[in-house]
Amino acid sequence: QQRIEIHKLRDGDNLILGFSIGGGIDQDPSQNPFSEDKTDKGIYVTRVSKGGPAEVAGLRMGDKIMQVNGWDMTMVTHDQARKKLTKKNEDVVRLLVTRKSLENAVRQSMMQH
Amino acid sequence: MHGEGTSRIHFHCVFGAFEGRSAGAGLFHTLLCVQRSAHSAVWKKRSVLSSPSASKIDSLRSKVELLKLPLTLSSKSISERKTRLGGATERSRGGAGAHKPRPPAPDMDNESQYSGYSYKSSHSRSSRKHRDRRDRHRSKSRDSSSRADKSVTIQAPGEPLLDAESTRGDDRDDNWGETTTVVTGTSEHSVSNEDLTRASKELEDSSPLECRRFAGPVLSGVLGLFALLTPLAFLLLPQLLWRDSLEPCGTPCEGLYVSLAFKLLVLLISSWALFLRPPRATLPRFFVFRCLLMALVFLFVASYWLFYGVRVLEPRERDYRGIVGYAVSLVDALLFIQYLALVLLEVRHLRPAFCLKVVRTTDGASRFYSVGHLSIQRAAVWVLDHYYTDFPVYNPALLNLPKSILSKKMSGFKVYSLGEENSTNNSTGQSRAMIAAAARRRDNSHNEYYYEEAEMDRRVRKRKARLVVAVEEAFTHIKRLQDDEAASSPKHPREVMDPREAAQAIFAPMARAMQKYLRTTRQQPYHSMESIIAHLQFCITHNMTPKAFLERYLAPGPTMQYQRENGSRGRQWTLVSEEPVTSALRQGLVFSLRRLDFALVVTVTPLPFLNLGEEFIDPKSHKFVMRLQSETSV
Repeated sequence: QQRIEIHKLRDGDNLILGFSIGGGIDQDPSQNPFSEDKTDKGIYVTRVSKGGPAEVAGLRMGDKIMQVNGWDMTMVTHDQARKKLTKKNEDVVRLLVTRKSLENAVRQSMMQH
Repeated sequence: MHGEGTSRIHFHCVFGAFEGRSAGAGLFHTLLCVQRSAHSAVWKKRSVLSSPSASKIDSLRSKVELLKLPLTLSSKSISERKTRLGGATERSRGGAGAHKPRPPAPDMDNESQYSGYSYKSSHSRSSRKHRDRRDRHRSKSRDSSSRADKSVTIQAPGEPLLDAESTRGDDRDDNWGETTTVVTGTSEHSVSNEDLTRASKELEDSSPLECRRFAGPVLSGVLGLFALLTPLAFLLLPQLLWRDSLEPCGTPCEGLYVSLAFKLLVLLISSWALFLRPPRATLPRFFVFRCLLMALVFLFVASYWLFYGVRVLEPRERDYRGIVGYAVSLVDALLFIQYLALVLLEVRHLRPAFCLKVVRTTDGASRFYSVGHLSIQRAAVWVLDHYYTDFPVYNPALLNLPKSILSKKMSGFKVYSLGEENSTNNSTGQSRAMIAAAARRRDNSHNEYYYEEAEMDRRVRKRKARLVVAVEEAFTHIKRLQDDEAASSPKHPREVMDPREAAQAIFAPMARAMQKYLRTTRQQPYHSMESIIAHLQFCITHNMTPKAFLERYLAPGPTMQYQRENGSRGRQWTLVSEEPVTSALRQGLVFSLRRLDFALVVTVTPLPFLNLGEEFIDPKSHKFVMRLQSETSV
């Protein structure tokens, strides 16, 4: 698990983060190409735009977002997740993400102990 | 020879129709044999007493020549036989007085034709307790007798019950043109062997078929009439005999009169409508239900008469109302019997209970039918009814692989077997080797068969295309003349033709293409030029298109289409079954219907029992959601 801090980029009236999300409890989890478990209804990063704040901050495609600024993202609808990410009065979002490789590493380290 | 398309009568052995008439049955066998010998003069020369099965098979499959004479007994012969026999029943086991009729020596060669039958019957004479047992015994003793078991004839039009009178063919000499139908006997009159032999020998000519066909209904009609007139007799006799001493009977009697009259009318009309129809088939054995019902009716009426005679006529009963009530009760009983008859004869076999699979042995054409509870013989009639309209006509020319393919196979066989014989003495080894060789060799004939089939298909399609084009073009040459056209164009006087001339006019350009097509599909025996022109004339008259005209020739139609008019002769079929043919259908039963050159094998399976469950779906419960897969960029 990794904590990523993204500074939003101001573009006109919008604050963009530079990535796209997919998933949510109201979505169809079987079509998620990034999840290992096809019943996982979490929020996943489906695309990271080049040179955007997310890429700069270290977010990668396929990451699963667990928390946004402390808000839990594992049991939210797609729309709720979007809202949490695009709050207008926040300039910085702190994400807690998991990556597959990270997961494996964590698991391996756990198994070693 | 085209089995179906001809009006030839093929003769089959007919066994006695009833159980216990072993003597008669034995006689029938002989008669049968005689008949066959009578017919197959061709085979006469080849009769071999020593090889019963072979000759029997041959005779069974003999291509009997056309029999010019109709099949059944003449009425004169029937009555003569009946009077002579006088209803002497031969219930004794083993047949009292039933010694095998031995026709004179010159007939022996004829007898030997059916050596199978005569042989068997002579052997099994002692065991002629029941027809079934005898037949079964015979079947065990003879390998080929499985076919002979219960071989009974069904004639397509004919009578449903009681009798198939047999007339004996004149087996004495070369006058083999006679055909006779073998009597299966009647319940009331069973005949002794000698009598029947004598009767049949005297019959030079067979009576027209109608007589035999209608004997059953006539008998039941007589009985019915008798039953119907009985109540009237009950009413009238006291009036006639002791009118003065009768107590007058007022309004109740009038009511009873009216109801009596009405019920009698209903009985009369419904009996005529339901039961006295000319039957469509001659069944080899009795129609059990009909016999039962007739016996029941007879019993009823007889007992009523008995009581009437004892209680009314003798003491000269004076209570007329009681007599009228008595008559009315008889009519009620008759009505109930009629209701029972209705259920047994008509209704019981309407509800489907069995599935019959009918397969034709020569080319594998098969159909499935659903029937109700029937006896085997009635089911056979039912199947034959549907056979004539459902099955494509049997064309013997289309059967076999071309000789070129088969001969290669055969020659391959021979070559290999010579080599094998020297090497091993083991017969199984030899046969296995031969089969292996054949398997190897068959690869080539596979190819040949495939290419030959493809070539044949191509040829047929080519000819068909030519035919279709020719016919279409021919049809454009004529036009139907409208009524107003005749007057409108005096400038171009066209020759006005009637349909026949028009047909002949346009037949010429398509004749050649038609002939070639028919020859390629091997249909030319079925369609003569005359028939084609007649069909063309028919189509023109009814404004049919060329396609409609051609449908008759492009696909082999059902057998009915090729029936020629053969009057009352009917179609001859043999029912072969291992069970008595009056037993009911049940699972796993197999019987076959045979003609001379092919057979229909019928297998019976019960329809499955259906467990129908229920599931209620609330119309409001149909709800749907979208499968979402959205991606939002933030």
